[in-house]
Amino acid sequence: MEKLLSYLKPYWKPTLLAPILMLIEVICDLAQPTLLASIVDNGVAKGNLPYILSTGMLMLGIALIGMTGGMGCSIASSIASQNFGASLRSDVFRKIQSFSPFNIDRFQTSSLVNRLTNDITQLQMLVLMSLRIMVRAPLLFIGGIIMAISLNARLTLILAVSIPLLMVVLYYTMKRSMPLFVLMQQKLDRVNAVIRENLYGIRVVKAFVRAKHEKKRFATVNDELMHTTLRAFSLIITMMPTVMLIMNLSIVAVLWFGGWDINRGSMEVGKIIAFVNYITQILFSLMMIGGILLFISRASASVKRVNEVLDTEIDIKSVDKPDFTPLSSGEVAFENVSFGYGGDKNQLVLKGINFHASSGETIAILGATGSGKSTLVNLIPRFYDVTDGRVMVDKRDVRSIDLATLRSGIGIVPQDTILFSGTIKDNIRWGKEGATEEEIIEAAKIAQAHEFIMGFPEGYDTQLGQRGVNLSGGQKQRIAIARAIIKKPPILILDDSTSAVDVVTEQWIQKGLKQFMEGSTIFIIAQRISSVMDADKILVLNEGRIEAEGNHEELLKSSPLYQEIYSSQFGEGVTIDA
Amino acid sequence: MHSPGKGHHDAAPVLKPKDAKSTLKRLWWYLSEHKSRLLLVFLLVTVTAVLTLLGPYLIGKAIDDYIIPRDFSGLFRLLLAMATIYALLSLSTWLQSRTMVNVAQVTIRNLRKDAFDKLETLPISFFDSRSRGDTMSRLTNDIDLINNALSSSLTQVFSSVVILLGTIAMMLWLSPLLTAISMITVPIMLVTTNAVSKRTRRYFSEQQKVLGILNGFAEENISGQKVVKAFVREAKEIERFETTNKELKNVGIKAQIYSGIMGPLMNVLNNIGFAIVALAGGWLAVQQVITVGTIAIFINYTRQFTRPLNELANQINIIQSAIASAERLFAIMDELPEPPDPPDAIELTNAQGDIEFQRVSFAYKPDEMVLEDISFHAYPGQTIALVGPTGAGKTSIINLLTRFYDPSSGSIFIDGYDIQKITRNSLRSSLGIVLQDTYLFSESVKENIRYGRLDATDEEVKAAARMANAEQFILSLPKGYDTVLSEDGGDLSQGQRQLLAIARAILADPAILILDEATSSVDTRTEQHIQEAMFKLMKGRTSFVIAHRLSTIRQADVILVINKGRIIEQGNHMQLLEQRGFYYNLYTSQFAHLPPEAETYETPTGAQL
Repeated sequence: MEKLLSYLKPYWKPTLLAPILMLIEVICDLAQPTLLASIVDNGVAKGNLPYILSTGMLMLGIALIGMTGGMGCSIASSIASQNFGASLRSDVFRKIQSFSPFNIDRFQTSSLVNRLTNDITQLQMLVLMSLRIMVRAPLLFIGGIIMAISLNARLTLILAVSIPLLMVVLYYTMKRSMPLFVLMQQKLDRVNAVIRENLYGIRVVKAFVRAKHEKKRFATVNDELMHTTLRAFSLIITMMPTVMLIMNLSIVAVLWFGGWDINRGSMEVGKIIAFVNYITQILFSLMMIGGILLFISRASASVKRVNEVLDTEIDIKSVDKPDFTPLSSGEVAFENVSFGYGGDKNQLVLKGINFHASSGETIAILGATGSGKSTLVNLIPRFYDVTDGRVMVDKRDVRSIDLATLRSGIGIVPQDTILFSGTIKDNIRWGKEGATEEEIIEAAKIAQAHEFIMGFPEGYDTQLGQRGVNLSGGQKQRIAIARAIIKKPPILILDDSTSAVDVVTEQWIQKGLKQFMEGSTIFIIAQRISSVMDADKILVLNEGRIEAEGNHEELLKSSPLYQEIYSSQFGEGVTIDA
Repeated sequence: MHSPGKGHHDAAPVLKPKDAKSTLKRLWWYLSEHKSRLLLVFLLVTVTAVLTLLGPYLIGKAIDDYIIPRDFSGLFRLLLAMATIYALLSLSTWLQSRTMVNVAQVTIRNLRKDAFDKLETLPISFFDSRSRGDTMSRLTNDIDLINNALSSSLTQVFSSVVILLGTIAMMLWLSPLLTAISMITVPIMLVTTNAVSKRTRRYFSEQQKVLGILNGFAEENISGQKVVKAFVREAKEIERFETTNKELKNVGIKAQIYSGIMGPLMNVLNNIGFAIVALAGGWLAVQQVITVGTIAIFINYTRQFTRPLNELANQINIIQSAIASAERLFAIMDELPEPPDPPDAIELTNAQGDIEFQRVSFAYKPDEMVLEDISFHAYPGQTIALVGPTGAGKTSIINLLTRFYDPSSGSIFIDGYDIQKITRNSLRSSLGIVLQDTYLFSESVKENIRYGRLDATDEEVKAAARMANAEQFILSLPKGYDTVLSEDGGDLSQGQRQLLAIARAILADPAILILDEATSSVDTRTEQHIQEAMFKLMKGRTSFVIAHRLSTIRQADVILVINKGRIIEQGNHMQLLEQRGFYYNLYTSQFAHLPPEAETYETPTGAQL
């Protein structure tokens, strides 16, 4: 919590101002009943009209001062809390930008987005409320007690009974209701999950004629939710009247004992009215405190979740004095490389990988799912770091090169194609800031994307994403290829990036790449043998090891695994789809 | 309890309902089930309001009639009466909220149930054409808003009105003059509340909008982190984030200031009212027009006056957005369901699997024909392969066979019966469908397979899994068959999910099979597993396969080559090759570069066929 509070430091002026202004409002509020009492006791009882008039005006003046304080507090606290939220959000977002893929996997996207928005909104709300109510409630409470004691200390003893009683009620309700509200949330999640499943899986539900079954399933979770809700609410419902009763009975007690005091002459009538007013204030402020506590306990979960992000150790970053020389030759070498996720040496995904790719060569990597193909290429741009051995680029260890410099020299088309909302042009331009129209079109032509892009009414200005057109898998892949090649990087990595493109188009793409990327080292991961046959070198991966290495003809002769893959594909596995 | 976050919630953007009257009528239909309880609630609300009004009056009376004249036995009796009244007040408040919460929760449960049940009757076209996120939000968020309004707003509005009217009446009765004076602040209050809350609403709705944009941006950025990193776009992305973040901050400050000044504003008007009553009351008391007790009562009433007024403004917002929500929910309930089976519809039992399409045409949208003049005949036990480019209409044929959609013209026959004359349930029960994009439920593996036949024993489930070559990977899961899958089976690979879907179909034991083959992203070994399982399943059943693999295509009895919504060629593999048409071209364009022997190469698995 202290760490998060430090985000308020730059905004210390409004942060400090808010409680001070609130103090003014509270003092003004507290003054009113006493002034009223003196109107009754000194003005009315003595028939002193000028006194009534002057005190009345004083009350008006104080009310206006109170308003100024209150409004000022709300302005100051708004500025402080929103700035706090914005700078916290900014830091969390920056932190996430520095995350390695491994860091992100551990959190999952939806959870990170939630932390960035919902959780921080909660904290922002907490700061805001703290600066307003957290100041107001205790001040009203303490001030009310002081004023009550100053009016009549003996009568205040009544509060010694009712306040502990109230606290017990608040505490008991909170303690009992909190787990019920958590449970209610869980039941609600279940209800939503069933609805979601039926929306997305409706074909399965209908195909298996399971509407009746689903209705029954939903009725069960729906009923459970209702019962849990009723249980949780029943506590809250009981609390309110109980608190009211305690408050009202305190007032009755004040009237009784106050009446005796008046009889004895130790108190005046006006003061009883004031006393009743203070008691109402004190008890209301207690209820506010109760509400705030409930909120804090919910927000503490958010504190934890945000801190988890900020405290995450980034496992991949540039060394202290990195090498800023840009990549040039694109020569790549793996020297005895082993890799396990999270540096786990017991579960190695890659074992003792050695190979050398000269500048301008095309290297294909083949192997079953889970054999480590993607992991291998992910080590080149340092999405992950080796557990053992070294990855060399341009005869330098990748870990010695500045991260941004290294990655700027590598073009990547990842396995799952990710495009961003914006126009097609914007997306291709991602690869090269400030690329000209001609460059964009040239890259799109090489990626065999130009033709279908021009088929859209708005061509390269077609919007992608939520409100734009939906591209087919193959079309997305081709745009992603254009994006990767536009700056002609020394190293190009195609991670199974033509899987949704038909074989003929794929061959056109490969032909174009050869010319366009002349001199660049190209890595191709593929499932289809037809995609890798023309490579200078094919690495056949099996269970994390390079099982065979060579070109197509050599491997067909020497590697049984390659032969098996070859025959399985040309025997039966080839897709016949345009 | 007053929830601290409430101020925020109340100020949420208010969507004005379009046809409030008929929506209210329908909501009332749901509530009218609890007429007697609602009557009780309103009775209790009135009682509560009257008792609430009585409190301040009795305090004044205690001061005027007993404390000042020092009549302590009288005071004791009055205080006893007060204590009783307060106890009754709490009791009736409790009874009232309890009854209302019950009514509200049962009503919400029924609304939710009816909406869900309706969903199950809607045709596939509804799900295909509507954004699922939107439907989801109607069934969850919108119902939540209705829930809020029912649980509290209804009674609060009523009680506010009663208290307001009661307060005015009491004040008038006590002293019309002082009432008139204390009302001075009311118009000011109404004007300022209106002005402030209008801005609050505007800025809050703007804030929600910007927050939505920020959320979308973050979602895209984080799920695409790898690409962001690969292209070293971090700095640029942070810059873009900061723009929206700043915008959010600025609009947030405005929203919070306006919603925050409402409190002090009300407070000052309250205090001014307080001062005015004290001033005027004091003067009137000196003139002996009113008593000291009356001042005390009046002070309390002015306090009570502002609260319900404030409350009313808030609650009306909530109720308005609830009506808008109800409207959105009812719109779904008004969707047309799948047309009912004709009264003379037959139950299809023990289907043989003889299927015929007669001149079937079909369009999703009136002027865009997807299928044209499709005719073919599949005999029991045959395997029919559907081949053709993406968008040719293969899936549409399947959609018609399952009656997810109905043809625009032409007819489909199963065992000689027009499928329009067969009950939908018995038709679909005779079909087994394995889709490429397998949907799994977040239940255990066992339950997911059992979905094929609900009364299957554990042993039968396991036998089906074995037959589908799925048992091996199931046993490697942390809890075997009892492993609960994450949402949509997200923790399984695509191949594994397909194996489960095959096991599900095996358990269902349908007469007719519909299969959509997976494409490339499954590795060779899993692919072989899937294929073996598929072939086992297809044995002895009429099967429709949207085929991608050469082996499947080659062993099909009939290959339907579909292009642009028409069957352009039809026959088995060898016949089609001899025709040297579209199929031949498709085939050779993909294998032209292969050495000649590859085409005739037979694998061990291939030989098993």
